[in-house]
Amino acid sequence: MTEPLQPAIRTEGLSKSFPGVRAVEAVSFDVRVGEIFGLVGPDGAGKTTTLRMLAGVMLPDAGTAMVGGFNVVGNPEGAKHALGYMPQRFGLYEDLTVDENIRFYADLFGVKRAERDARSLELLRAAGMDEFRKRLAGKLSGGMKQKLGLVCALIHRPKVILLDEPTTGVDPVSRRDFWRILYELMAEGVAILTSTAYLDEAERCHRVALMHRGKLLFCDTPANLKAGLRKGVLSVTSPEPRRVRSQLEHAEGISSLVLTGDGLHVVVDSAARRIPEFEALLTQAQVPYDPIQQVAPTIEDLFVDAVGSGDTPHA
Amino acid sequence: MPESANSVVVEKLVKSFGSFVAVDHIDLETRKGEVFGFLGPNGAGKSTTIRMLCGLLTPTSGRAMVAGYDVARDPESVRQNIGYMSQKFSLYNDLTVIENIRLFAGLYSVPTAQLKERIEWTLQMANLKGQENLITGTLPGGWKQRLALGCAVLHKPPIIFLDEPTSGVDPISRRQFWDLIQEMASEGVTIFVTTHYMEEAEYCNRLALIFRGKIVALGTPSELKRNSMTGELLLVECEPLGDAVEALQSAPGVMDAAVFGNALHLVVGDAAAAGPRLRSYLTSRGIDVSRIERIRPSLEDVFVSLITAAGAGQEGKQ
Repeated sequence: MTEPLQPAIRTEGLSKSFPGVRAVEAVSFDVRVGEIFGLVGPDGAGKTTTLRMLAGVMLPDAGTAMVGGFNVVGNPEGAKHALGYMPQRFGLYEDLTVDENIRFYADLFGVKRAERDARSLELLRAAGMDEFRKRLAGKLSGGMKQKLGLVCALIHRPKVILLDEPTTGVDPVSRRDFWRILYELMAEGVAILTSTAYLDEAERCHRVALMHRGKLLFCDTPANLKAGLRKGVLSVTSPEPRRVRSQLEHAEGISSLVLTGDGLHVVVDSAARRIPEFEALLTQAQVPYDPIQQVAPTIEDLFVDAVGSGDTPHA
Repeated sequence: MPESANSVVVEKLVKSFGSFVAVDHIDLETRKGEVFGFLGPNGAGKSTTIRMLCGLLTPTSGRAMVAGYDVARDPESVRQNIGYMSQKFSLYNDLTVIENIRLFAGLYSVPTAQLKERIEWTLQMANLKGQENLITGTLPGGWKQRLALGCAVLHKPPIIFLDEPTSGVDPISRRQFWDLIQEMASEGVTIFVTTHYMEEAEYCNRLALIFRGKIVALGTPSELKRNSMTGELLLVECEPLGDAVEALQSAPGVMDAAVFGNALHLVVGDAAAAGPRLRSYLTSRGIDVSRIERIRPSLEDVFVSLITAAGAGQEGKQ
């Protein structure tokens, strides 16, 4: 794979404020061709605002954004043709059929008929929706509507794709289908920027930018991010998780502790040192437990470690 | 208070819409003080079940007892004895915090004598003391979540239904929310959670998975991870990834291959045996394998596997 000289997306110091809120603060990142890049963070982190600026539907207060080599402010028309944008609520016409919706978007982007039909067939097959072409968009399930939105956003073969929380409200099985389609697109040599509020979905991206309250916390591959957490993560399974917590919560070396359904998820300074200590504590208190295991950190562990565990102040 | 006041007992529950059987003879029983998770993909029968349990929809047949009341015979009593909170906040955004609390206290007919104490309790629980006069719409997501929970439990219900209560909320607020829930559970309140958000499922003591109207799995999160996955999971890091995916389509013993960023997750029968075999299979096809190792399945892996297996089983029967 040859590394292209110019990234598909580049933002530098991108900023946007609304009355009382700094929605996006000096955000800089690059997305390369052939890459799935995840903008990951909770609701209100600034993901949607960032995508809107990249899509040219909102002007930045400061900073620059380049999409497919075009400046989104200086040359919005150029940028518009290079990109496919799927907002959270994609504008499907519920009283039109699947085919009619696709034709409508093809016309908007000036896609020629022969090209449109070939592309439409290819995309509908990839989405597993070929047999639903005559169905009204309003009669599709939530997952199918998302997929139809994606087909419409891709009909003009954009080189850069922006997706705003495409898997929100989509169940795990359909979520996997959706990701499979993204990987197929990526293989065609497009660049994909997708946002998600599901932190575990970061694992599926090549690189992620973790956002919180308008700022970029980290930007790297999931593996590098995890390697950067210089702490041990322990999983303690027990039929009596509440008793385990009361034994361990004041133990030394703990930076975070979460009570889960059948155990505890604990972040400690050193796994090798704390596992025997904790096991000794539990054995002494006669609390039943399975041998404590060290597990890989999650993106959530990183987020909590970076943001701290204090109460959430005002947005 | 009798034990049954805190439980949900479901026996052979059925709901049909015409010829479509949305819920097909399900059995469930929650324990007092349990956080019970009810999961399933869209259209599996999850919402239909919840609507029956909340007394909003009459079952076609079977029986469901909630807080000691029969949902078909006494839906009114069921509704008075449960709390319900949905991901879409049931709060009025243009009212203040205290106005929302008073509104819900009125809706749930909290007796005047208890009103002051219950409002105080709700503000304490939601950690909103001193914020009574803020407009609800301006609160951060995590605060709204706690206020919505507070409003849903003002009348001290023995059972609380939560519908994707923390989806999209930042992890720190989510953890605080679940701490509150665990505390209520430890005081004996039964919590019934519906979600298809695996990060929420991890907070449940036991989980049931519904698919095509039937319960296809039931157990603690670790039991399900240990026993319910068809096959074992291998993480494979290799280059080029696209060629590897293609080659693995026809590789013997690979049940599923999914791309995860720069790596693949493969479902195989026996990870220990398949690892070396797949390494040489890929290497002989010009693919550079840098790492193959067995990984623990996530709850999501388990559920996708269960649903795939259940789907294949049902199609086989037709």
